[in-house]
Amino acid sequence: MRERYDAIVVGAGPAGSTAARYAAREGVSVLLLEKDRDIGMPVRCGEAVSNRSLEELVAIDPRWIAATIRRFRLIAPDGGRVEPSLDGHGYVLERRIFDYDLARLAAEEGAEVLTKAYAGGLLREKGNVAGVTATVNGEERIFRGRVVVGADGVESRVGRWAGIDTTTHMRDMECCAQMTLTNAAPEPETCEFYFGREIAPHGYLWIFPKGNGIANVGVGISGEAAKKRSPLSRLREFVSRKFPAAGVLTTVAGGVPCAPTLPTIVKDNVLLVGDAAHQVNPISGGGITSGMIAGRMAGEAIAAALRSGDLSRLDEYPRAWEKRNGAKHRMYHKMKTAVYRIPDEALNSIARRMSRKPADRQTIWELFKTALADQPAIVWEMVKVFGLGGKV
Amino acid sequence: MLLIEIKPDICDFCGCCVGVCPEDAIELREARIDIIESRCTNCAKCVWCCPFEALLFHKPDKQAAPA
Repeated sequence: MRERYDAIVVGAGPAGSTAARYAAREGVSVLLLEKDRDIGMPVRCGEAVSNRSLEELVAIDPRWIAATIRRFRLIAPDGGRVEPSLDGHGYVLERRIFDYDLARLAAEEGAEVLTKAYAGGLLREKGNVAGVTATVNGEERIFRGRVVVGADGVESRVGRWAGIDTTTHMRDMECCAQMTLTNAAPEPETCEFYFGREIAPHGYLWIFPKGNGIANVGVGISGEAAKKRSPLSRLREFVSRKFPAAGVLTTVAGGVPCAPTLPTIVKDNVLLVGDAAHQVNPISGGGITSGMIAGRMAGEAIAAALRSGDLSRLDEYPRAWEKRNGAKHRMYHKMKTAVYRIPDEALNSIARRMSRKPADRQTIWELFKTALADQPAIVWEMVKVFGLGGKV
Repeated sequence: MLLIEIKPDICDFCGCCVGVCPEDAIELREARIDIIESRCTNCAKCVWCCPFEALLFHKPDKQAAPA
């Protein structure tokens, strides 16, 4: 372990490991720091991804796949079901293997990986960021690097140290509790999502199958809703009702910033990627592949900037991200806000109308159209949320 | 005075509280969590968002307040 690198990456989740991998493959010397003793553990994630988004990023190893998903089922508060057809298929991952392998892929490109390494601040010299300070095995260490990547997840402290306000607003923080259950016998190949004020206010409850009768069952609700009743309390009630015979293999907590991307994700040679940059898809809460997309963009921008000796080229990363997902995520965030205002009775009514449609019209687009036809008030909610009030 | 208490035996060390803290007043390691008293403003956002109810907010005791 050296003291001087080109780039220091803080956090070895999918975004950090992917940034490390793409920078290292271009010859950048990279140190990848992880505060926990194991990469990929504990798993604070429902673990679902779409096949296409993952295939774009990495050659899929079958060992990562716990189950293949071919159906989505949306469940209204009164139990009504909608099954929009899926374009492609999905996977429920085994993230303890997946995350570990992404770090390995970075190491194979030459990145050094260091676990149990807790970053405590940025090192500054003559006003410039010059690396990070970290505690490793109880010893204070300095790691010098011309570029620092904050891939430190929901905590996003690296960004704060760089002077970026990374705080997640309470209404955008999805506070989650998840159990991995055995003897749960979930519907095979089906991701189930439950909606409603009682079960998951400002969020949803999920059941994702992992094969062998195992399921990830979790609930995410906004910080504002969590104030009234915690996600763990809600989840316990659901699980005891729905899966009375199941064994609980793990129970984990987690926070997911379901917000638009931070307006600043590069500052003073510090780049933020993944949850730390609020790059989660705000409507689905999925962040694995979007974090990896950002990691790849950041890694490539770091390589280009260091190779040319022009660190202003780090700005290629936020430009690339904005082009691909910036506007999209801002729109998804507005949609999320509108959807969360729909009352339970309206969700029930939309589900009833959808269920009467033929199978070939069970699509997400048809669901949206049905919502508008059934609940014109939703249009007004959308209008309000999208800030078009003055024009109508 | 710090009015927030963390129950380390209930805490899952997930970082949700760190993400909503406007003051960067929470230090989280693998299985250790500390509130930095000098930065904490007792806003209690961390208490409200905790998925496991591992944080407590102690309302200040009015009778014990200095005269």
